[in-house]
Amino acid sequence: MFGYYFKLALRSFKRNKVLTALMVLAIALGIGASMTTLTVFYVLSGDPVPTRSDKLYYVQMAPESMNGFTPGEEPAQQVTRFDAEKLLREKRGDRQAYMTGGGVAVTPDKQGLMPFQVDARYSTADIFPMFDMPFLFGGGWNAAEDERHGRVAVLAKALNDKLFGGANSVGKTVRLDKVDFTVVGVINEWRPTPRFYDMNSDQFGELEQVFLPFSTSRDLKMGRNGSMDCWGDTGSDPEGSTGLNAPCVWIQYWVQLDSATKASAYKQYLTNYSDQQRTAGRFERPTNVRLRNVMEWLDFNKVVPGDVRLQVWLAFGFLLVCLLNTIGLLLAKFLRRGGEVGVRRALGASRWAIFMQCLIEAGTVGLAGGIAGLGLALLGLWAVRQQPASYAELAHLDPWMLMTTFALAIVASLLAGIIPAWQAMQVTPAMQLKSQ
Amino acid sequence: MELRPILSTLVRHKTAASLIVLQIALSCAIICNALFLIGERVDRLNLVSGVAENEVVRVQLTGIGEDADAEALTRSDLAALRGLPGVKAASVTNQVPFVNSSWNTSVNMVKDQQQPTLSATTYMGDEQFLATLGPKLVAGRNFTADEYIEWSALDAPGSKVSIPSVIITQSMADKLFPGQSAIGKSFYSWGEDAIRIVGVVDHLVRPSEQGGAVAHEYSMVFPIHVPYWLGGNYLLRTDPARRGEVLKAAVAALEKNSPNRIILQDNTKTMQELRAQYYRQDRVMVWMLVAVIVALLVVTALGIVGLASFWVQQRTKQIGVRRALGATRGQILRYFQTENFLLATIGIALGMLFAYAINQLLMGKYELPRLPLYYLPVGAVLLWLLGQIAVYGPARKAASVPPAVATRSA
Repeated sequence: MFGYYFKLALRSFKRNKVLTALMVLAIALGIGASMTTLTVFYVLSGDPVPTRSDKLYYVQMAPESMNGFTPGEEPAQQVTRFDAEKLLREKRGDRQAYMTGGGVAVTPDKQGLMPFQVDARYSTADIFPMFDMPFLFGGGWNAAEDERHGRVAVLAKALNDKLFGGANSVGKTVRLDKVDFTVVGVINEWRPTPRFYDMNSDQFGELEQVFLPFSTSRDLKMGRNGSMDCWGDTGSDPEGSTGLNAPCVWIQYWVQLDSATKASAYKQYLTNYSDQQRTAGRFERPTNVRLRNVMEWLDFNKVVPGDVRLQVWLAFGFLLVCLLNTIGLLLAKFLRRGGEVGVRRALGASRWAIFMQCLIEAGTVGLAGGIAGLGLALLGLWAVRQQPASYAELAHLDPWMLMTTFALAIVASLLAGIIPAWQAMQVTPAMQLKSQ
Repeated sequence: MELRPILSTLVRHKTAASLIVLQIALSCAIICNALFLIGERVDRLNLVSGVAENEVVRVQLTGIGEDADAEALTRSDLAALRGLPGVKAASVTNQVPFVNSSWNTSVNMVKDQQQPTLSATTYMGDEQFLATLGPKLVAGRNFTADEYIEWSALDAPGSKVSIPSVIITQSMADKLFPGQSAIGKSFYSWGEDAIRIVGVVDHLVRPSEQGGAVAHEYSMVFPIHVPYWLGGNYLLRTDPARRGEVLKAAVAALEKNSPNRIILQDNTKTMQELRAQYYRQDRVMVWMLVAVIVALLVVTALGIVGLASFWVQQRTKQIGVRRALGATRGQILRYFQTENFLLATIGIALGMLFAYAINQLLMGKYELPRLPLYYLPVGAVLLWLLGQIAVYGPARKAASVPPAVATRSA
């Protein structure tokens, strides 16, 4: 029966080419627009570290002075250097690291290469195992290197390719800001999307090209990127706003907690810590700590750009209009065939059979619309990739979204088919045959 | 024109009629909101910056490692840049407009104020800063030579140097001292001492979006000589036609002055390019919204054409009878046009309600202002016109049905 109805549908398309083309085009446009925007949204709202995202937590507390305090507000987005170093020393999580972004000048040894600037991340040792970074050669440094302010570096694959032609560079020297560092590891291609660990710079940017021990970066006064909030005078500290006691937040603190019990224990620990700091007079504001896991942290930061959300809404609004259009056209099409339906009914076809036949015709329109819509979505994603945003190059259709495209097209067209099919099956054979 | 027969026909074709109405309503709602969003973006694209955009170029560089004598090098850089042919003025500054990196600080009217009065962005500029970038003084004066301080002295550990004076924008002056002249008044920001306002400029845009639309010109300039590594921005002003040449010459001069630095080529551009780059996403959105509007209009028009043709075909016999009874072609044409006008009107009325509901949703989600009422008639006229254009073809076909049809049996 299905095959026969399908054949009938194709035959009816041939009879009304323009009308059919209009319906297919309407569905294709709606599906193409929706899938383009939905794919971008899906890519941007993904989980950057699927294996760890529920175990990694971001630490926030309220170390500022009472100036500008509003009760009930969120605590500072980052932590002070003092708190970061103290929490790390106390080591209450399964793993922990503090970090900040920066930029360093690379002076290549290679002939013909001029010095150039790359983005860097200054961190403590646990960042590599904690974020589960894939290493191509070697590995991260250990806590002892942090302690002795070691001149060691981990490179990203792109920089290793540029400087060492992709060879194993572990043990070799790389010159950063006029100082020699020993390469201890090379990270393979890795692009956590969004770049969850630091919300202060490009949230969909690439991994930094070089990782250095935080302690070393301070010794060498290396350039810092990102956001810094200060609320007091840095006084006579020669390191200024990046000094140990500076009243400034500029560091991201991440901790790995392998179970929910550990997470609640850690939150209690942070509360106690904050209370202690208040008693000691370092903190002035009421204790206000947050411990968010990766997805909560991304959610809180509203990491998916507003424009992208807006585009999804627009596209689905457009799809709805396209569907209304299809319902109208299908209705016209089915009712025009009143005579034919009358004959079929008179010859014994049940109402249900008429209904099914109409639905299959609608579904076939949907399938055709889906295929054309897929083409439009691919075109749309290509257009998105030409956009300036840093997430643009990530906009690709994956198998999951491909299936969603067809499912959406067919479901949408079946929904659109229900009303017209219902109307068609109400045709009374006697009336139709009489007026013939 | 008699409305009653049209209405009774429509009532008999409820499903098809309500589909058209609903489609028009949704299109109308989306179009009104899309037009409104376009308006918002266009306003942003046209924001006044206060910068002589077609005359200024920017070179950005960064040092390699620490530089013990950055101040001397900065001075000789500036001397070299100011000596280049075609350069009218040159300056070094910590930040530039249209780049997403900015210095911001709170501004207080009294010392140790609990809640800051506002947050403003901080430009640090030398003697030629205003002349290079382009903001015009509308009150007061530029800094005098004795007011300039060195960044190294200000930033030294335990420094007691304070900032003697500041130039602010008109927008910030109006906010701080509504209805009065800001000249000679003072506020607290960096350091312990009051900072006196000596000048007010017409416009100077903030580099970032911090503080939203109201704060986009809360900018102030401190008389500070910054070393080249602090932001690494050299600005040069020249004739629009000589910008490319000046950029090239400036890069060469800086490279010659010290090899120990990296010119950031990706950021070394004319101010016009920086602005275009900064607002690129807004332009993309405008074109996207325009595309959505056009697509909606086309799809809705096709829907109207499709259903109208169906109706004409269905009623061929009735039309023939009417024509045989003396109805003119014009009357048949106007019948279908009036019918479409009625449907469009109901759709538009419904669409206005939808438009407001969508706007309400957007206001909550994206901090957008309320949809101004004048967008509604624009959307309405657009859809009325669309309906009339779309129905014209089928209606003319209906009008050309010969009266003889009435005499034929089906």
